[in-house]
Amino acid sequence: MIEFTSVSKTFPDGTQAVEDFSLVLPSRTTTVFVGSSGCGKTTLLRMVNRMVEPTSGSIAIDDADIASRNPVELRRSIGYVMQHAGLLPHRKVIDNVATVLLLNGVPKKEAHRRSAEMMEIVGLDPSLAGRYPSQLSGGQQQRVGVARGLVTDPNILLMDEPFGAVDPIVRAELQQELLRLQRDLDKTIVFVTHDIDEAFLLGDQVVILQKGGRIAQVGSPADILAKPANDFVRNFVGLDRGKRTLRIQQHEGRSIVVDETGKATGVLAE
Amino acid sequence: MTWFLDNFAYVWELTVKHLVLSVIPLVVGFVVALPIGWFASRHRRLRGSVLSVGSLIYTIPSLPLFLVLPSIMGTKILDPLNVIVALSLYAAAVMVRSASDAFDSVPAEVLDASKATGFSEARSFFRVQLPLAGPVLLAGLRVVSVSTVSLVSIGALVGVSSLGSLFTDGSRRDFGTEIIIGIIGVVLIALVLDTLLVLAARLLMPWRSVVRSSGRSV
Repeated sequence: MIEFTSVSKTFPDGTQAVEDFSLVLPSRTTTVFVGSSGCGKTTLLRMVNRMVEPTSGSIAIDDADIASRNPVELRRSIGYVMQHAGLLPHRKVIDNVATVLLLNGVPKKEAHRRSAEMMEIVGLDPSLAGRYPSQLSGGQQQRVGVARGLVTDPNILLMDEPFGAVDPIVRAELQQELLRLQRDLDKTIVFVTHDIDEAFLLGDQVVILQKGGRIAQVGSPADILAKPANDFVRNFVGLDRGKRTLRIQQHEGRSIVVDETGKATGVLAE
Repeated sequence: MTWFLDNFAYVWELTVKHLVLSVIPLVVGFVVALPIGWFASRHRRLRGSVLSVGSLIYTIPSLPLFLVLPSIMGTKILDPLNVIVALSLYAAAVMVRSASDAFDSVPAEVLDASKATGFSEARSFFRVQLPLAGPVLLAGLRVVSVSTVSLVSIGALVGVSSLGSLFTDGSRRDFGTEIIIGIIGVVLIALVLDTLLVLAARLLMPWRSVVRSSGRSV
């Protein structure tokens, strides 16, 4: 469990990124911070592994305040996947995956064995182990990033717009892959995105943020769709534009689901 | 040609001296410049002043420096140490700028990623920043190497023997062959050192050749 208590962050240039933010992120679930740029979502994420220090307030992991933890140790205990994969260009794929193991002093052979296993779990061909990151496609690099984040089997995985820079087809593939991984691994995932569809797809708990890290609404995707808290949320999730409005039409004896404009999008299961 | 064959042992001896007088300053300059360049790259506000000091040192003419150093260091005027110290200073002065640029060239997102995955400051320097600064450091080293090899010759004017002695001797005796042999020797040393640097870089930075040959696929 990750708990934010009255967390604020003002950057040295005076920008107030987060103001009095409090929230509990339950263990073994995916919490998605979603909002437009400047809403403080990445700042919130980076405070969990002390990449950003809060100006006031506290963050606790399983009731232990992280301010008392050594930042380097803390970061090694938390998986982190970032937008541009952030791989080390001068290390081979297998060494990139093994990064944290090697930092923790796991013998190289053992580290490589575990990394090879993790590569398989995230769907990377073993033949890529000896390549350098620049020889991989964007989607493959992102998978390496995920493998690196998971290789130490951390309880917490932080993901900062991890699929933002890949094309839509690969993104959809990676999203499904993450859902599958999460079913098996049961991590506490904190996921940041500006894409509400991605948030609804991946999140057990979705946190819609307004400027300054103010929470517009927290809830499951169904909660939010059923009871949007205000006009900001209605607009953000697309309820006001009819984007989420589906209707059923009878056609050839089947119930066809159509969207606001009457385009068929699916068939109702009988 | 006859002069060269007759004096081969002498020319070889001068070549070895020249090489030693070039390599030591190159290594010392590099090692001294590395932390200073890193510091300059990290502290944007001090960067300007640090680099200006470097340029300033480099503008001191070499001959007076050779002559002044003995009184500062208490060495004898003929001591090769004077030349070594002076050339180390020049090498460091030029290398500081390269080193600073080299550390600037390390992508910010890679630094951020390495910090986020739990590299300590020291590990990040040796395992991430130094290797990634490698290509620009190499470019700087190659320039410094050539300039140092040519500057060593000037030491001959204050009596520190190197291939430069062939220039002073040749011009005093008005003997062109000796000067030409000296020039060829200096050029060869510069070429050999440059080749060694490039080969060492290829060994130490295997990822670069891969990057260049494969291109980036998306």
